[in-house]
Amino acid sequence: MSDPAEAIVTLRGVGREYPGGIAALRDIDLDIDRGELVAIVGPSGSGKSTMLNVMGTLDRASAGRVIIDGFDVAGLSDGQLSGLRASRIGFVFQHFHLAPGVSALGNVADGLLYTGAGRRERRERAEAALRGVGLGHRLAHRPHALSGGEKQRTAIARAVVREPALLLADEPTGALDSHSGEELMRLLLDLHRTGTTIVVITHERGIASRLPRQVSMLDGQVVDDRTAVVVA
Amino acid sequence: MTTSSPQPGRLSPSDALRLGGYGLAARPLRVVLSALGIAIGIAAMLAVVGISASSRAKLDRQLAALGTNLLTAGPGQTLFGENATLPDESVPMIRRIRQVESVTAIGQLPDAKVYRTDKIPAPESGGIGTYAVRTDLLGTVGATVASGTFLNDATAQYPAVVLGARTAEGLGIGAVNADVQIWLGGRWFTVIGILDPVPLAPELDFGALVGWQAGLRYLGFGGHITTVYLRTDPDAVEAVRSLLARTANPARPNEVNVSRPSDALAAKAAAETTFTGLLLGLGTVALLVGGIGVANTMVISVLERRAEIGLRRSLGATRGHIRIQFVAESLLLSLLGGGAGILLGSSVTAVFATLQNWPTVVPLWVITGGITAALVIGGAAGLYPAIRAARVAPTEALAAI
Repeated sequence: MSDPAEAIVTLRGVGREYPGGIAALRDIDLDIDRGELVAIVGPSGSGKSTMLNVMGTLDRASAGRVIIDGFDVAGLSDGQLSGLRASRIGFVFQHFHLAPGVSALGNVADGLLYTGAGRRERRERAEAALRGVGLGHRLAHRPHALSGGEKQRTAIARAVVREPALLLADEPTGALDSHSGEELMRLLLDLHRTGTTIVVITHERGIASRLPRQVSMLDGQVVDDRTAVVVA
Repeated sequence: MTTSSPQPGRLSPSDALRLGGYGLAARPLRVVLSALGIAIGIAAMLAVVGISASSRAKLDRQLAALGTNLLTAGPGQTLFGENATLPDESVPMIRRIRQVESVTAIGQLPDAKVYRTDKIPAPESGGIGTYAVRTDLLGTVGATVASGTFLNDATAQYPAVVLGARTAEGLGIGAVNADVQIWLGGRWFTVIGILDPVPLAPELDFGALVGWQAGLRYLGFGGHITTVYLRTDPDAVEAVRSLLARTANPARPNEVNVSRPSDALAAKAAAETTFTGLLLGLGTVALLVGGIGVANTMVISVLERRAEIGLRRSLGATRGHIRIQFVAESLLLSLLGGGAGILLGSSVTAVFATLQNWPTVVPLWVITGGITAALVIGGAAGLYPAIRAARVAPTEALAAI
């Protein structure tokens, strides 16, 4: 266990039970330090998505303590959790979740909508973020005019435009072909190199094995947590 | 844990509006259809109010042209229920009232029946009233000649007649020429003129008017006045009205009927507002149905956009932000409907009024009222769906793809 001051995510005895007695998470202890790149890997139904939701404060644990970037989630109101997400957590989803009628720039700028930043600042930062993911030439394109890889890179730009302390990616390559998936992994590795803490949820061992640390889950429990040698 | 607790960001009103706009722009057809309900409701109400206001404006204009300062004094009935007459000296007496500008009198000849020819059986007189009139009648009652001329000092002595508009129509006389004669009171009278309709003295429309002297000479007219028409100083109408009965018949003022014909026209306009009330009620129903349509659209929109709601929550939107977004969308939607309704209702009013040759009047209060109604309905219709949207748990919303 690492020093809590260094940790951005600290889970202590975390459980999540759904109505009907189904336990998605059971007694999880986990620390993720700042600057780490972690894969949470497991077959479907292993509880890894619930783990992402709990770490992202979208869902509350039914047992144990969840501490994100120094905040004990249990003590925060719904509004404060929204504020925490707005300022510190970025999400990337398997199915991108881009607004269909809105340009790439508009979609990324919406990533800052709930931070209190002004419209002009949002657009400037969004443009910079899109250039950062290599989409400087696609600013005005709407999602339907973008390839799958470009959509996911737009979604990543939307997540990182807020410079979150923690980036949570849920099966980010799940809807992409192998080539786009490869590019996306490289982008995540680049982001990691610049200091972003990234947690990637995946069911693919091949993807997990390329990341420095792999947390394996099964039946709502952490069954393995190893720091491997990276072969990037 | 030294940092202060995280605070949610604020959403500026312009961002809220923009978010509402996004939602609408994504489904234009549905927006048009659900805004249509509101538009029709607002348009119906606005057109009803606009048309009746235009009609009233036309009437006001007409009354202004005709003047509301015409009074009539006619004989009522005696205490015993017999028809009274006015004393012959009533005209000079009334003329002596300072505020009276002009005065004229007519005398009905109940026994002088009017027929197109002498071949028509006596009972078929067609309800035409024969009146002996003074030559200054036209100016006082505000009548105009449609065809031919009115009686003058010369023709008033001879068997010449001027017909009211409806009388001419009833007798089938369209225009005046030298040969047109009618059978009046048992002898031929030459038609020398036809009047336009007289709104302030509609009894003349059904009359046949002969000269005062001709009446005395040919028709056994006793010279008794049945109605006095007078114009007063417009500011002294009520004052003159209160004096009129006593002046016209000092001995029996209770036998004099005094009236102000413009009041009858105004009363007719007031009667039309009852009809307006009914149509307004229909407009309200349309508006209500429109509001339900908007609510329905919003509920469906919330169901369809759970993923979007989840995404926004993950981006840091609070429940309040989600509520504001959907209420803004609903407000925009109904405002769109309201705006279209105002345009539609105004055009309907304009077209109708133009066809009727009325001035187009759309009162400002009905426009602001329409916008307010649209906003109230939009807010009410959007509130429940917005609350539902805000209640969606983020994880559940994100799972619903």
